[in-house]
Amino acid sequence: MTTDQARGPEIRVQGVRKSFGELQVLRGVDFDVAAGSIFALLGSNGAGKTTLVKILSTLLKADEGTATVHGFDVAATPGDVRESISLTGQFAAVDEVLTGRENLVLVARLRHMKDPGAVADELLARFSLTEAGGRRAGTYSGGMRRRLDISMSLIGDPPIIFLDEPTTGLDPQARVEVWETVKKLAQGGTTVLLTTQYLDEAEQLADRIAILHEGTIIQNGTLAELKQLLPPAKVEYVEKQPSLEDVFLSLVGATGIEKESR
Amino acid sequence: MTTHALADTRTLTGRSLRHILRSPDTIITTAVTPIALMLIFVYVFGGAINTGTGDSYINYMLPGILLITVASGIAYTAYRLFLDMQGGIFERFQSMPIARSSVLWGHVLTSLISNLVSVAIVIAVAFAMGFRTGASFGAWLAVAGIMTLFTLALTWLAVIAGLSAKTVDGASAFSYPLIFLPFISSAFVPTDTMPGPVAWFAENQPVTSIVNSIRALFAEQPVGDDIWIALAWLVGIFVAAYAFAVAAYRRRIS
Repeated sequence: MTTDQARGPEIRVQGVRKSFGELQVLRGVDFDVAAGSIFALLGSNGAGKTTLVKILSTLLKADEGTATVHGFDVAATPGDVRESISLTGQFAAVDEVLTGRENLVLVARLRHMKDPGAVADELLARFSLTEAGGRRAGTYSGGMRRRLDISMSLIGDPPIIFLDEPTTGLDPQARVEVWETVKKLAQGGTTVLLTTQYLDEAEQLADRIAILHEGTIIQNGTLAELKQLLPPAKVEYVEKQPSLEDVFLSLVGATGIEKESR
Repeated sequence: MTTHALADTRTLTGRSLRHILRSPDTIITTAVTPIALMLIFVYVFGGAINTGTGDSYINYMLPGILLITVASGIAYTAYRLFLDMQGGIFERFQSMPIARSSVLWGHVLTSLISNLVSVAIVIAVAFAMGFRTGASFGAWLAVAGIMTLFTLALTWLAVIAGLSAKTVDGASAFSYPLIFLPFISSAFVPTDTMPGPVAWFAENQPVTSIVNSIRALFAEQPVGDDIWIALAWLVGIFVAAYAFAVAAYRRRIS
């Protein structure tokens, strides 16, 4: 119904301000996100990332400024925005009492899918959760929860996905797993807006990176553009040391991810 | 979006009913306290209480016990709603294209079902303890109607508590005064022996008219004006609590 949205940016944020009492969290934020791209909002804790995501996902109202998502104004037509998005919040939004499969079926029902059971089974398989699907989500490890959480967000194939700090609190394998998922999403044409406080995460994933600092965007560009802000690279010869992450991952092996779901 | 409201409510009611089935202790604990009270009142105090009706004491006090059952059971609704908001699941629901009211109605209908199950358990125990009634099917239906309205009214109060609480304890603490209200009413002893101001309060608070109506229905006697006073209280509390709950919900989600 909304195929004619291609000309504008998928997400457009203009002059958005938000205060909680005396505290000004957002002081005029502007940026655009192109369709099908991965956009990273980089910022330290308290920079206002979550507040911005909540405004874009219609959970909060901005004090000033406008934001459109998939061509719909978040304040004027929140219902249409909710049809177009999925939010994976900072804390894994799974129902701990229900099993993994029941969580997926619940969301599929709420999205009025034709065959919720089939949707659930397909996603369990895609996220290597088939065997864990019958267990209560409360018994899952952090990485499995996150995978379940993200898979719940994919139900109904929303064109835009918000991921608020998707890898905070995850171990290295689970992080890599989430990164792979995000990349696949973008390859499939989904627009991804993610927030992160990890520089390497933004570097790994994002087509564009915006740095949110004290409530405003202080830089916005591709990784190459951001790197050009510093003086040109000097050529130095440095022995290439593996990072601890390289060592850890090669010792444990990428198969650790698969084993985890058993 | 309203076309989905019923389907969404059914889905979310199914979800919270499943929570109860996975921890059936919530239904048991809801029934245990009133049953204990019933045992104490019937076998310890009951012999010394003169209700002046000539009826058995358990017949006299069962209506009050039923109200206490519901008053303690609704605390779980506030608790579950509070937990939903603490975790991310509430935000997930709010960011999805569902009828927003269905999030609350799911909890409310679950409360209704689970409390009526607890009430049925308490009535079964009362029968085992000697409660007898020759009430007709219509009278039973009327009792069920009163209990349903009472549960809905109190559940919407619980929704207000669940939405505005800052801590888990706060979410359930509101129900204590409701549990005690029947003690200052005609539920366990006639109001005539109470001192003036207490008797005045007891006679004019909602529990007395509700208890008197249920008691009359069970005893196959005319309900008189009590039923209208009871209905006025119940509908009034229901409407007011609903309005406040919806306002609290709007504040919470905007």
